[in-house]
Amino acid sequence: MILDFSVIWENLPQFLHGVRVTLQLLLISLAVGFVWSVPLALMRVSGSPWLNLPAWFYTYVIRGTPMLVQLFLIYYGVAQFEAVRASLFWPWLSDATFCACLAFAINTSGYTAEIIAGCLKTTPPGEIEAARAAGMSRLQMYRRILLPSALRRALPQYSNEVVMMLHATSMASLVTLADITGVARTISAQYFLPFEAYLTAGAFYLVLTFLLLQLFKAAERRWLAHLRPQRR
Amino acid sequence: MKKLFSLFGAILFVLASDAAMAEDKPLRIGIEASYPPFAYKTPDGKLAGFDYDIGNALCEEMKVKCRWIEQEFDGLIPALKVRKIDAVISSMSITDERKKSVDFSKKYYYTPGRLVMKAGSEVKDPLVDLKGKKVGVQRATIFDRYATDVFAPAGIQVVRYASQEEVFLDLAVGRIDASLADAVSIQFGFLQTEAGKGFATVGPAFTDRKYFGEGIGVAVRKGDTVLVEKFNAAIDAIRANGKYQEIAKKYFDFDIYGE
Repeated sequence: MILDFSVIWENLPQFLHGVRVTLQLLLISLAVGFVWSVPLALMRVSGSPWLNLPAWFYTYVIRGTPMLVQLFLIYYGVAQFEAVRASLFWPWLSDATFCACLAFAINTSGYTAEIIAGCLKTTPPGEIEAARAAGMSRLQMYRRILLPSALRRALPQYSNEVVMMLHATSMASLVTLADITGVARTISAQYFLPFEAYLTAGAFYLVLTFLLLQLFKAAERRWLAHLRPQRR
Repeated sequence: MKKLFSLFGAILFVLASDAAMAEDKPLRIGIEASYPPFAYKTPDGKLAGFDYDIGNALCEEMKVKCRWIEQEFDGLIPALKVRKIDAVISSMSITDERKKSVDFSKKYYYTPGRLVMKAGSEVKDPLVDLKGKKVGVQRATIFDRYATDVFAPAGIQVVRYASQEEVFLDLAVGRIDASLADAVSIQFGFLQTEAGKGFATVGPAFTDRKYFGEGIGVAVRKGDTVLVEKFNAAIDAIRANGKYQEIAKKYFDFDIYGE
């Protein structure tokens, strides 16, 4: 069997468009998910059960169900109800890109909240004592010390989450979107060349993953410099 | 080292016994079961439909044991190529494009393509009247091919789905404006169901031979002429002995074989 990449070459513009769709999905869902996850994380470390329990339940449900199920629930499931189709949300909910971004954002917010909450809990006691000694209020302490410190330490774990999300966006192809995987599926089906098409898709994801990791490496060098082993 | 050898031995044994069993291995037939009335699942999860019944009749006629293997439609030809299945009986149209990859038996039925939209939609020339509208098709079907080649350049937005059932779902809720699909599949899979109320087939019937082919046939691996001959003979036989008509009567009140 001979590999035939000429078809892939001819359809490269389609793949590049797919890269754009993938990046768009990834960036929107990460941004929304992150903004949503910070308050969730703060609720998760709160001593009050009224704050803690709802956040715990949210992250538990989100992390306890497959993202594909969440996506299908939002895309096909919600649309089933007449009331939803008649509501003013329908123009958004009828859009596949919106549904995918919503599902991805909800999903990543659950995981990100747990990552940040974990880092908040493992704040070195010295930092807290120093903040108290300096006479900071609770709000000041969270804003100036706890959150910045936790977010920095969350970077390595968060980079994993981002890469996982990049790969998870491939599910968008199941709700008609032409992301990298969607383009690969179409081309594989049109020319009966599954190996070439999916190999190309894999290569694109690999490059994107590499770029993302480089970005995070640079970020870690900048914001985690104080935690690196000292060179003598 | 000894362990390694015994492991090799075990593997060889398994491979050898596999080859020995190949003689009476059942014929593996691929089908996508979300295309009523041709192929679908009964509420208790069993396969059913015209394709399924015809396939079983053909196997009986050829005196071979058949095993049905479910697969998404766009994965059927790849599965055939990598020998995961031996034949496809899943309403697959015989087209020149596909003939480059697989061999086909003679047709076992023929239906045209139609557009389905909200009842009352006026479509005289699809290329003009559907401009800017969203038309849903099932990926890798002849309808996808036609829509991609003819509809898309005319400014019609083509939306691709994994199964025809998903197309109908989104048509019913209004995410897409129309679907290009098989006339009979539209009738039975959509218009006659609760979701299809208020929808109708509109515009012309699509029969362009280049895209819509010469009918639906059994697909087998390229070069598997023995199997093609067997299927052809079996199709002739069930057409002659009335078995075909008996099955067809179960599903359709018109002649599904075409002229």
